Amino acid sequence: MRKSVSHYAGAWVYYTIAIGLAAVFAGPFLWMLSSSLKPPNEIFASPPTLLSSNFSFDNYVEVFRQAPFARYMLNSFIVAITVTVVALFLHSLAGYALARLEFPGKRLVFILILATLMVPFYTILIPLAMLVRDLGWINTYWALIIPAIPHAFGIFWLRQFFLGIPGELEEAARIDGASRMGVFFFVALPLAKPVLASLSVFFFLANWDAFLWPLVAANAPEMRVVQLGIQSFTGEHGNAWHLIMAASVVSIIPTLILFFGLQRYIVESVKMTGLKG
Amino acid sequence: MTQAKLSASEYSDAERERMRQGRKRAANREKREQTLVAYLFILPDLLGLLIFLVLPMLMAFAISFSDWRLTGVPEFVGMRNYEVIFKDPKFGASLGRSVLYTIGFVPAVYCLSLGMAVLLTRKARANFFFRTLYFMPIAMSLVVAGVMWRFMFDPGNGLINGLLSGVGLPTFQWLGSVQSAMVSVLIVSVWKSAGYFMIILLAGIQDIPRDYIEAAEIDGATRLQTFRHIILPLLKPTSFFVIVILTINALQAFDQIYVMTNGGPAQATYTLLMYIYEKAFREWNFGYSGAMSVFLFIIILMLTLVQVRFFRSADEKS
Repeated sequence: MRKSVSHYAGAWVYYTIAIGLAAVFAGPFLWMLSSSLKPPNEIFASPPTLLSSNFSFDNYVEVFRQAPFARYMLNSFIVAITVTVVALFLHSLAGYALARLEFPGKRLVFILILATLMVPFYTILIPLAMLVRDLGWINTYWALIIPAIPHAFGIFWLRQFFLGIPGELEEAARIDGASRMGVFFFVALPLAKPVLASLSVFFFLANWDAFLWPLVAANAPEMRVVQLGIQSFTGEHGNAWHLIMAASVVSIIPTLILFFGLQRYIVESVKMTGLKG
Repeated sequence: MTQAKLSASEYSDAERERMRQGRKRAANREKREQTLVAYLFILPDLLGLLIFLVLPMLMAFAISFSDWRLTGVPEFVGMRNYEVIFKDPKFGASLGRSVLYTIGFVPAVYCLSLGMAVLLTRKARANFFFRTLYFMPIAMSLVVAGVMWRFMFDPGNGLINGLLSGVGLPTFQWLGSVQSAMVSVLIVSVWKSAGYFMIILLAGIQDIPRDYIEAAEIDGATRLQTFRHIILPLLKPTSFFVIVILTINALQAFDQIYVMTNGGPAQATYTLLMYIYEKAFREWNFGYSGAMSVFLFIIILMLTLVQVRFFRSADEKS
């Protein structure tokens, strides 16, 4: 009997803390959605209300009317998807070569790739901006896409994965007459699907959220990505909060869909970054 | 002896030599093909890393030794930028704010995410649900998080002051005052990061063999004792990793500060990275900005090494 009392007390403590934390972490999402549905004069209503009696989707219409917000979203999609697809393909090739092929200079190449992990982004920000300017890429997709592709972590993770696949599968394919390319495309790459899924979510999120590099490299109105686009509703004469909130909600719809749809893969990708320390 | 004789009786010396050559040629051909394929596979990524990471890093060092403005031609000035850095009061002040931010950020995220990870190791059906909610900020960019919280921190009728005054607590200026701006920025940064590191620490805790924890419980250890004497020591490698990454992240914080305060009010949140950004992209003084970024790079490198040392020696003592 006493045990069950302490058991219920423990459960009570658990749920109180757990629900309190849930309010702190998920609450802002709810407030963002709620505010985006309010007319401007009710944004700061006191006391705060969750659902306005005049609730409407007008703010969303305004967001797309007052700024080329569809274009911002499109830019972000183009950049994030292209970077993810190209990067994963190239990293798979490089990771496979480092894991499964023998070639002179292999150790040197691997150390070089690992060393680039030490390079912090802000240190190369100025030279990278100049490089991209000299290439004539400022305010183009090239500037947003190409420098985002090289990524030592991605190569490293895929190398680690390919190190672990059994050699017999490859040998069998080789004996059946498959070329090295064939072995990579038809034996190794299909095995990597789960890792590629985790990495693709990780890459998409990172590129969708990017802010500092787009700010420097492509800030022309029609080239802005969505993270820069949200800023267009902040002004010197105050912020149009009702529009900023609607724009913010639109901007996180793709990432939230990924989050709820592929949470398992996101958790895996976070664990991967955690374990390879 | 007999074997050598046997093969000698079957093949002549010339035939054996031919076969050996043939095998060697085949092996060489195979080796060459493998090398070719390997370089073909690696080259695109390697070129990318060399052009967009290694080359800019070398350029960063070169720029830091030069005087280079937007319109001018770079001019080699040796160590002058570095000498000026140490006399520049704005540099010292902004570095101090970066350190302050780091001192606030690292323990706060570590303790909160560890607490949440421990909370979620309790056997409860709702764990998955709560984990999902705590982890949700990963789906929000730092920019949106910064904008969102700036809205909620509004000193007039923002949500947070509204809730505080609703329950009779004092309200604050949050981002609007010099005293509370840094704390407010930190709240947002911690909110954004805690769930991510909770996942890493949770994975670390789940890797600890159940036997250890059960053995401690059988010996009559309380939950707190189990945590202190079993979980925490065995979690050290993960903790080490998390703390290093948190420190490096803290020194590089930019997006949320840029959108929430832009370094204000009265430079209360003007960190070193804000200064580096402003020197380069508002004052177009690349040489000086470059020297500061190289300086920050060296600090981060040293911090990493010191932390590795510290944890290794702590490991040897225990």
